[in-house]
Amino acid sequence: MRSKVVLRRLVKNKQTRYGLIGVLLLLILAYVGPFVAPYDWSDKDFMAFMQPPGPDHWWGTTQTGGDVFANTLRGLQKSLVIGFLVALISTGLAALVGAAAGYFGGWVDRILMWGVDLLLVLPSFLIIAILSPRLKGGTWLLFVLLLALFGWMITSRVVRSMTLSLREREYVLAARYMGIPGWRIILRHVLPNLSSLLIIDATLNVSGAIIGETSLSFFGFGVQAPDVSLGTLIADGSGPSTVISYPWLFLFPAGLLVALVLSVNLIGDGLRDALDPGSTS
Amino acid sequence: MGKYLLRRLAINVLLVAIAASLAYLLAASSLNPQVNFKGRNPPVPEATIDKTLDQYNLNPKKPLLERYGTWVSGVVKGDFGQTWEGDSVNEEMGRRVGVSLRLLLIGTILGSGLGVLIGAFAAVRQYKLSDRVIGVSSFVIMAVPVFVMATMLILAATGLNNAAGSKLIEFVGEYSPGLTGWDQFANRLVHLILPTISLCLGQIAFYSRIQRNMMLDVLGQDFVRTAMAKGLRRRTALFRHALRTALIPAATYFAFAFGTLLTGATFTEKIFGWHGMGAWLVDSINQHDVNAVAAVSTFAAACVLVAGFLSDLAVAALDPRVRVS
Repeated sequence: MRSKVVLRRLVKNKQTRYGLIGVLLLLILAYVGPFVAPYDWSDKDFMAFMQPPGPDHWWGTTQTGGDVFANTLRGLQKSLVIGFLVALISTGLAALVGAAAGYFGGWVDRILMWGVDLLLVLPSFLIIAILSPRLKGGTWLLFVLLLALFGWMITSRVVRSMTLSLREREYVLAARYMGIPGWRIILRHVLPNLSSLLIIDATLNVSGAIIGETSLSFFGFGVQAPDVSLGTLIADGSGPSTVISYPWLFLFPAGLLVALVLSVNLIGDGLRDALDPGSTS
Repeated sequence: MGKYLLRRLAINVLLVAIAASLAYLLAASSLNPQVNFKGRNPPVPEATIDKTLDQYNLNPKKPLLERYGTWVSGVVKGDFGQTWEGDSVNEEMGRRVGVSLRLLLIGTILGSGLGVLIGAFAAVRQYKLSDRVIGVSSFVIMAVPVFVMATMLILAATGLNNAAGSKLIEFVGEYSPGLTGWDQFANRLVHLILPTISLCLGQIAFYSRIQRNMMLDVLGQDFVRTAMAKGLRRRTALFRHALRTALIPAATYFAFAFGTLLTGATFTEKIFGWHGMGAWLVDSINQHDVNAVAAVSTFAAACVLVAGFLSDLAVAALDPRVRVS
């Protein structure tokens, strides 16, 4: 019954509709676009360096004759995959840690929350940047793990405080008196009751992860060549002299990045309105 | 209250120490200063590299904990060691901290101040055109990462300069060399425009969203109606009673937003060519400069905790309940 109400609210919400359409279009662009494009991302056109957008190279070419359209779609794919993976892992981690801290209380709570405090003191950007030399030569999956590992702290605090109140509910108490072990109560009773918070959070984490990934890749601390992401492409296209003379190198990846983050945020906001109508933030 | 703040301060000092140690250990184990000597012509003999790195306590061949011990014994005395080229980290840091603090201070004050005011304004005019415009633009701005924002500002400023036919807005570095007195001061201000905007916009958007929501919660409450009923003017009632109460949650978010500001400052410094701590972080990681990285991390941790402490103070000043308990 509830899911029907939520679904109706979602469909009626204009924000969510625009957001969903945006993400869908970007997904299609990223995964269908390469089949339509005349050039592959690994092709180098030695007859065309730094060409502005035109009929042959739709979005222009790079310093080495790479096709910006193909490169940007390739980067978009990577940023999308990284964003979704990181959001999934970090929200899962936040749910488990926060619920464990809230449910078990005592020293478990103290140690976990102390760890959270410590991780919040150093910005995650800084920690991953320091660890980044180890990424060189490794796969980008390692980078995904790092991003997820340092992105769950704030959510886990919210989960913890909500678990504290759930812990005293009748159904949780009943389960506990029936002798069901703590971790099963967390998985069966606590987390499902936090699902709306977790869904909203996972969605907003996608955009957070995409911004985090592109920011690190911008400085070369993230996705490593020959892989490209929107961050590395924007880095190649920015810098005062490049961006003024060859704006297409910057504008296309940056435009897609902003469109992606904006669409995901729209969905997240719409989801919040639908799942949690009383909330204000 | 004083006792509580003192305890917080002590915990904060401890946290900075732990965070700095963590950063040092991470940096020392994942960065490798030997790389800087590789590929030179003529090649540098292994023994020379070792000797140089040993001198600066940077040799990865030494056990990690031994290096850490040397580093700690220096830091306790206030010495952050040397860069891989043998310069004093303290001197470099002294130069750069000022640059960064100037950016961060302006960014924090303008960002939080304007954000709160704009958010409160939007709340008072809920559902009117101005509220919608503010809402939509803050939503869009929050989707634009700092490095995209900074580059777009550069594009816009170049367009403006070309249209005006002269260099109205300069955006490379902190000031143009060769000026003195008032000219130099004005020149510094001109150079500040773009970095400040790129740093502030995100903060303004963030605070205005929080402040609008909190203000809306408060506006409907009895004490605001009572304040107006007892004859206060609308503006006084809004400022003295509604805004103050609604500020409390925004003040607690201050500590959190500061971390974002710090990261944003890294991009701003790097893109606009300021030689501050953020730019140093990027450069020193690229040069595998362990001691410099550790120093920047310590600075970042200290900044985050000072922001947290300030936000505690602000909450205590705004919320009488905190002071009593």
